[in-house]
Amino acid sequence: MKPRIAAAVIGASAGGIDALLALFDALPAPWRLPMVAVLHLPDVRDSRLCDIFAQRLTLPVREAADKAPVAAGTLHFAPPGYHLSIERDRHFSLSCEPPVLFSRPSIDVLMASAADAYGPALAGFLLTGANEDGAAGLAAIHAAGGLTAVQDPREALVGTMPRAALAAHRPDAVLALRELRDLLVQLDADHAP
Amino acid sequence: MPHTSAAPPSTTDIELRLLMEAIYLKYSHDFRDYTGASQRRRVLHALGQLGLPSISALQERVLRDPALFARLLQFLTIPVSEMFRDPAYFLALRRQVVPVLQTYPSIKVWVAGCSTGEEVYSLAILLREEGLFERALIYATDINPASLEKARQGIYALEAVRGYTANYQQAGGRQSFSTYYTAAYGAARFDPALRANVIFADHSLATDSVFAETQLVSCRNVLIYFNRTLQDRALGLFHDSLCHRGFLGLGAKESIDFSAYATRFDAIARAERLYRKLA
Repeated sequence: MKPRIAAAVIGASAGGIDALLALFDALPAPWRLPMVAVLHLPDVRDSRLCDIFAQRLTLPVREAADKAPVAAGTLHFAPPGYHLSIERDRHFSLSCEPPVLFSRPSIDVLMASAADAYGPALAGFLLTGANEDGAAGLAAIHAAGGLTAVQDPREALVGTMPRAALAAHRPDAVLALRELRDLLVQLDADHAP
Repeated sequence: MPHTSAAPPSTTDIELRLLMEAIYLKYSHDFRDYTGASQRRRVLHALGQLGLPSISALQERVLRDPALFARLLQFLTIPVSEMFRDPAYFLALRRQVVPVLQTYPSIKVWVAGCSTGEEVYSLAILLREEGLFERALIYATDINPASLEKARQGIYALEAVRGYTANYQQAGGRQSFSTYYTAAYGAARFDPALRANVIFADHSLATDSVFAETQLVSCRNVLIYFNRTLQDRALGLFHDSLCHRGFLGLGAKESIDFSAYATRFDAIARAERLYRKLA
């Protein structure tokens, strides 16, 4: 049996805003599971991502800050233009290393570092997107014993990213957004003490 | 709370720690308090590039081969920079810092962790346009000798430099950006006069001490690679170096809020990460 999930990391690209809004739709309160998301955006300079989600969600939404702790019950977004990692002490760190697969922030970077930090207690979600970022990261979560879930490429607005993930490893779940959301709710329920 | 405890160190973690200890003992370069995840990525990337099977194998080679260490150093540091990165920072410098600097008969500026020099030339251009360049001395420091050499040369890829033009304009630039460089063979060579008052020097925020009193310290996207202990050390150096009410500029996503120096500076432009020393 897998240990209880202590955090969820989520990656999305093209079509990602709508997909994430569906994934986080009407999450029950109180929400405890920390969530960390990378969403690729065309304009890295000025992101109102946190505002967009804060207006539509009841849980706290914050841009992940360097050396700040991964906070319970909070949705964190990677800041535009920086790679986001989770350290072993479960604090965030930022970096300006070169883009990975043309992406900064990179889903692979977040997921691989989170897999190191959480091991089997991590859940990774990969949603719609037009590139192959996230496939290696999700495989790293799987290799560390974590739970992996991929949006059904037939449902995804752009199926390239989920398909790349499916080519890299066999995830624990391939589901439509609605079911991915239910899985997230289940993970939070199991996570709660 | 068994589920929130940090994971035990993996073999890779142990190897990384031993490697950094070996580098410190052998070469006095101190990477021991660098942030873990980024360092791990860079070392693993270096393994692939250097054709070595493990971090332990890398350690064995590094201990015996200074040339290999010089190559590894290029992987351990992050030579990614651009000119007038975060234009709002430079605009805030012009509007809120320059008027104060103009009251000094001479000024010293420290660009800490200058990497390949893009920010040094950006500041030199800004100071020249504000009439401060003649009375300014800029210390540009880094731990990577190859980066410092590139900074000294001031030659960058022309395509990249053209991309900085918009940054320069948004930063309040007053000229045509192309007046500052000559283009040839795909390279942009910056006006050597811009570095007439620049001292490029090897300096480590991890092991060296303060070397001058300064009015402005600009250290951007360097502290993110440090853990909190090392961040506090670096901020302590800046605080010691700065004159009474001197200015400190950090990277757009860096902050002193989580540091031991949170109450030793006040923010004069919080969004642009411009701070001023408190007594």
